[in-house]
Amino acid sequence: MKKTKELQKVEDQFEMFQILDEKGKVVNKDAMPELSDEELKEMMTRMVYTRIWDQRAISLNRQGRLGFYAPVAGQEASMIGSQFALDEKDWILPGYRDIPQIYYHGLPLHQAFLWSRGHFKGGQVPEGVRIMLPQIIIGAQITQTAGVAMGLQKDGEKQIAITYTGDGGASQGDFYEGMNFAGAYNLPAVFIVQNNRFAISVPVEKQSAAKTIAQKAVAAGIHGEQVDGMDILAVYAATQKARERGVEGEGPTLLEFLTYRYGPHTMAGDDPTRYRTSEEDDEWEKKDPLVRFRKFLEDKKLWSEDEEEKIVEQAKEDIKAAIKEADGTAKQKVTDLIDITFSDEEPTNLQEQREYYEKKESK
Amino acid sequence: MAQMTMIQAITDAMRNELKNDEKVLVYGEDVGNNGGVFRATDGLQKEFGEERVFDTPLAESAIGGLAHGLSLTGYRSVMELQFFGFVFEAFDSIAGQMARLHYRSGGVYNAPVTIRSPFGGGVKTPEMHADSLEGLMAQTPGLKVVIPSNPYDAKGLLISAIRDNDPVVFLEHMKLYRSFRDEVPEEEYTIPLGKADVKREGTDVSIITYGAMVQASLKAAEQLEKDGISAEVIDLRTVSPLDIEAIIESVEKTNHAVVVQEAQKQAGIAANVVAEINDRAILSLEAPVGRVTAADTIFPFAAAEDTWLPNDKDIAAKVKETLNF
Ligand SMILES: Cc1ncc(C[n+]2csc(CCOP(=O)(O)OP(=O)(O)O)c2C)c(N)n1
Ligand SMILES: [Mg+2]
Repeated sequence: MKKTKELQKVEDQFEMFQILDEKGKVVNKDAMPELSDEELKEMMTRMVYTRIWDQRAISLNRQGRLGFYAPVAGQEASMIGSQFALDEKDWILPGYRDIPQIYYHGLPLHQAFLWSRGHFKGGQVPEGVRIMLPQIIIGAQITQTAGVAMGLQKDGEKQIAITYTGDGGASQGDFYEGMNFAGAYNLPAVFIVQNNRFAISVPVEKQSAAKTIAQKAVAAGIHGEQVDGMDILAVYAATQKARERGVEGEGPTLLEFLTYRYGPHTMAGDDPTRYRTSEEDDEWEKKDPLVRFRKFLEDKKLWSEDEEEKIVEQAKEDIKAAIKEADGTAKQKVTDLIDITFSDEEPTNLQEQREYYEKKESK
Repeated sequence: MAQMTMIQAITDAMRNELKNDEKVLVYGEDVGNNGGVFRATDGLQKEFGEERVFDTPLAESAIGGLAHGLSLTGYRSVMELQFFGFVFEAFDSIAGQMARLHYRSGGVYNAPVTIRSPFGGGVKTPEMHADSLEGLMAQTPGLKVVIPSNPYDAKGLLISAIRDNDPVVFLEHMKLYRSFRDEVPEEEYTIPLGKADVKREGTDVSIITYGAMVQASLKAAEQLEKDGISAEVIDLRTVSPLDIEAIIESVEKTNHAVVVQEAQKQAGIAANVVAEINDRAILSLEAPVGRVTAADTIFPFAAAEDTWLPNDKDIAAKVKETLNF
């Protein structure tokens, strides 16, 4: 393809926003968000915790004790930094990989595990926790976000709806449709694309002729930015600004976070060696979000190995307890599913089938 | 002859047609370099090049639209939907557009498109992967819906589907992909669409089924044999259009019928089979037609799959109930 100068001009505007470089040095002082030492440490704590959780989840999956799992290592800054910028009363509409965000938004860990195992109790969002369940249908969450944001707007709440998808998800029609609706109604919505370079095996270059995903905001007439998704400070600052724009009635935002998933797509048989080189893996591991932020905190004398070790132990203990709780949850029955098929009165076909399954399940 | 799993037989059918007709194209999410998430297209891109076997961006409605458009320019598409639960994204392309192309153009245009897709319970996928949605497709005039139950049929039916000049939805039960092997000829052969197969002859009852329930029904028939009941098992193979002749012939012989499907009971293929039997052979029946299906809930969360799905015991029990009516 030969791109015209006019097009190139548009595309070239989208430069990656960064605060911390790979060595943990601040390269963009003016953009530094206001965060207390405690808050900075909390962000690191959550990234360490999430990395341990990821490792445990992978091994539990291998032992057949977890079920569906999409690894997150590499994407901690994108996930944790963006959620950290939210208010508790904001809404999150996650994709299947975005479990850390909804955990930190209030979904108990054992329910996250039950969701992985395919147990309906995993989906019973506790009262007051404003999340949708992890979306399996790529793109569906993006149009739904416009609906949530419209509800918030109508109720005069100073809150936003934030949604997550991937580089592949940005090819769905729903992606554009959701942004376009949000723009048309000037909704308090933030659309995050975690561009981890692959949609299962398909490299991002094959998804679109667009140079960036951020530029797709232009067609919807909304603000778009590309952010270093391995830099938690940049992720936080960009999300916080986008949130403010939403709350102030200044419109929706699209944020593209450049990141990488170190592991396989999911634990169900994906083999990354079929589509990525180990050089590419190595190159991205040099940008690691934990390494860089740890360095930054150590330079500020805010972090120590001891502290980190405590978090690792805490994470392991919590996971053990959560698995125990999940194991102790009553086995799911088909009659439970019959109960939750309709919210109103049960139709006669289901009443009849309840009897059938009561018998089948008592055997 | 070679021993092949169903997934190998499916790859073999596509390879055959890619060789046979240069207008055949194979595409979908991850089907190129990765060879598909189940490896159904393994090696095909290498063999036939990226021009013929390629990855698409992630957008099912555009995959469907692409197939429609390629039909207008003389190409024959084998498009993959990575899992059939995602068909809702492509529903307009398939049911709203391709299925109507020949009709809408007064017979001038046609859509020789095969929509291949895995589905089926028992493998504990996340939601929206395993649902049996063939009933939705079968309700759409202009579409054919094929569901093979074994490697041999899969190859012959897929070749026929690709050669068919109208859109064919070709559904591949995930549980059957690698669960057993069959003798499958390396050379090409076709199995006509719309033709059922008698998998086992019997005289007391006709078990009419398709997909993974064929294995369960055969197992049930073995158990019934021990109890002195001779069950005939009919594999529909194509669920739309139905092979009504084969169904009626069998029912008129056994005077008893049990229809088995993995899908929920409401509407669906089994209901259609029962209606056809009632229309044409009600006086041959000595008992109401039995139905074994799943419950009318959404496809279950993985942890409840095993009880939700019908099994050989459910089938054998229903047969006895029908015979003891
Ligand atoms: C509508 C739909 N199509 C296809 C899939 C199968 N699928 C699951 S994940 C995936 C790739 C997604 O890639 P991306 O959006 O980049 O997100 P990532 O997994 O990299 O986080 C595909 C094709 C799906 N879940 N939903
Ligand atoms: Mg991706």
